[in-house]
Amino acid sequence: MRAVGIIFSNIHDHNVAELARIRTLGSIPFGGRYRLIDFPLSNMVNSGIDTVGIITKSNYQSLMDHVGSGKDWDLARKDGGLILLPPYGHAENSMLYNSRLEALKGITSFLFRADEDYVVMTDCDAVCRMNYNDIIDNHIKEHADITLVYKKRMLNEGERAQRLEVAGNRVTGVNVKTGEDGEEANIFANVFVLKKSLLLSIVLDSISRNYSHFMTDIVARNLNSMRIIGYEHKGFLAAITSLQAYYDSNLALLNKEIRDEIFGDRSVFTKVRDSAPTKYGNFAVVKNSMIADGCLIEGEVENSILFRNVKVGRGTVVKNSIVMQNAVLGENCTLNCIITDKNVTVTDRKVLSGSGNHPFYISKGIMI
Amino acid sequence: MVRKKKCVAMLLAGGQGSRLYPLTGNIAKPAVSFGGKYRIIDFPLSNCVNSGIDTVGVLTQYQPLVLNDYIGNGQPWDLDRSFGGAHILSPYQAKHSSDWYKGTANAIYQNIHFIKQFDPDYVLILSGDHIYKMNYSIMLNYHILNDADCTIAAINVDKKDASRFGILNTREDGSVYQFEEKPAVPKSTLASMGIYVFTAQKLYKYLEEDCSDTKSSNDFGKDILPKMLNAGEKMMAYEFNGYWKDVGTIDSLYEANMDLLGDNPKFNVADSNWKIQSRSPLAPPHYIGEHSKVGNSIIMSGCEIDGTVENSVLASNVTVKSGAVIKNSIIMADCVIEEGAVVEYSIIDERTSVGKNAVIGAEPAEKRKITVLGRDINIPEGEKVVAGMIIDGANGGEKQ
Repeated sequence: MRAVGIIFSNIHDHNVAELARIRTLGSIPFGGRYRLIDFPLSNMVNSGIDTVGIITKSNYQSLMDHVGSGKDWDLARKDGGLILLPPYGHAENSMLYNSRLEALKGITSFLFRADEDYVVMTDCDAVCRMNYNDIIDNHIKEHADITLVYKKRMLNEGERAQRLEVAGNRVTGVNVKTGEDGEEANIFANVFVLKKSLLLSIVLDSISRNYSHFMTDIVARNLNSMRIIGYEHKGFLAAITSLQAYYDSNLALLNKEIRDEIFGDRSVFTKVRDSAPTKYGNFAVVKNSMIADGCLIEGEVENSILFRNVKVGRGTVVKNSIVMQNAVLGENCTLNCIITDKNVTVTDRKVLSGSGNHPFYISKGIMI
Repeated sequence: MVRKKKCVAMLLAGGQGSRLYPLTGNIAKPAVSFGGKYRIIDFPLSNCVNSGIDTVGVLTQYQPLVLNDYIGNGQPWDLDRSFGGAHILSPYQAKHSSDWYKGTANAIYQNIHFIKQFDPDYVLILSGDHIYKMNYSIMLNYHILNDADCTIAAINVDKKDASRFGILNTREDGSVYQFEEKPAVPKSTLASMGIYVFTAQKLYKYLEEDCSDTKSSNDFGKDILPKMLNAGEKMMAYEFNGYWKDVGTIDSLYEANMDLLGDNPKFNVADSNWKIQSRSPLAPPHYIGEHSKVGNSIIMSGCEIDGTVENSVLASNVTVKSGAVIKNSIIMADCVIEEGAVVEYSIIDERTSVGKNAVIGAEPAEKRKITVLGRDINIPEGEKVVAGMIIDGANGGEKQ
């Protein structure tokens, strides 16, 4: 294999602080049965990458539980496979890392051990199908030192994002700026491709120079001395930059074209859990919704995503909502624009409502 | 430490299931799809695991490819064990003989070395064609407490059906004094479920004797059990009161699937205290469209529903396009029902597509007549398949 994969599971936890309070960004549930890390991890497997290191920092119990041995991604291997890389502390410096570059300093032994030539690094904040092989091919063809993948998209009012200035295909500038509403920009997708040897020398050099930030200390300083190439991802990409974006990205799956692009060939892998098939009662009314296995639907569901083992009681109406696994919604309730975390119970006749541009979040295990 | 198992289960999964034609055209009966997600063999396998039995020999013979592939290393049932676990046992070539399995008893006899390597005290014999949830450990305890040589699980059946079963005639204490295979005039309604617990040493003895008897048909019901009774071995009937369905015919398979539906289903597969494990498909959650109508149905992941689905069971990755109507039917994995097609009282096997405005089956006038489409068939646009028709994909044959 020519590339080793590195996935940063924690880097954007603050994006969706509500959901990441008890878990890594990578283990945030998404799309009815997945977790955000399933998308980069499946992209790696589907690109033939069979050694993947997952860098964690904190709150990673749910992530370990989810990925396990890597078997469900066919990454339980004798040689390579899935390797969890928890923070590496030692006596004189037991601080947790604070940036991408500091995290990489802690995994140099993993990088030395891998015998692949290239490294694909990605975060867990983007839901997309990306073929890393195409990006590596382009990287080689362009004689690039570093390839940065970006998505050209509209910004929301006040959205701060890492932008790339691209001329031809060469990255000529990087900056973080707050956006105007409707402004279009090349937003970095947090996917890097580079030679493993280059990454190692960058990391070792950074240790001696006390560099800590990959974009400002490495990329921005070397725009002229290195060939840094931008690669545009033309397909669908949902960036999970806020709770609102999380909400909108989930509901985007109700669009058939997007659903087909992401799931059409049935190759997004996830931890397999056994649930019985979903059962619909005589009074169920379901429209434009995605519903995972193990649910029992006796009420109405519209424009919503239901995770596994959700019960919707008789007379209850669920609209424009994301209901995570094991929720029990009693009878004659109304939920509109709600995100419920796992194991939420809503007792009979409760009315809960957020709004489309401000969904209301109910945290894990709450009973209402 | 001597490594041994208290009980080893042997699952007879070689049945051809000719009465399930055409669903069993190229797969063995235990591999037939059930309840949207399951295959028939999931039930005895899950029962084993839930009963604490972690060593299961699966005897295959007829069309074993799909079944072998499905069971694999037994991982979905937590049966990938370093000592024990699930083992596929196919007929093999031996030094002096090489035979297909001739009867149920012969199949076990040919694999007696498999059983002996675990040095079990008891052997549980199961068949792969029934839908039920049963705790075998209770039956095993019953066997041990009664100091029995053989215990047969039995269920009360309707008097009119009794002559289709092996019937146990018992004394008051539950011991069996007579076993009659499909009697014309049954003396009792206690039918054998084809589930036996044997004390291992007794099983070995009778299997060895039976194998050297050239007149024997090497069958548990016809040969082994009568011989044990004649020799005065202690045989107990263990009465089972739960749901149990032999899904050996199209009608019974259809009924058993329909028994999963309703507010209080006759059979609950979603029982969290008795999980039925199976190999799960890799598919996204199913999608129900803007103008679709779904009621009283079971729908698996990967389905895309834009039409109407009522009183039906849909397995994974079934597409129901807009205007299509499915009622009182069982649709197996990867089927496509095109716009405007109507499917009623039918069973459609995997990967079959039904063309636009085609009509499959109809509500039966009096006696149930289930329409069956085999796998990998393309029903052309506008075609009408009359109620009760059976179409076999592999052979292109049809029968009514």
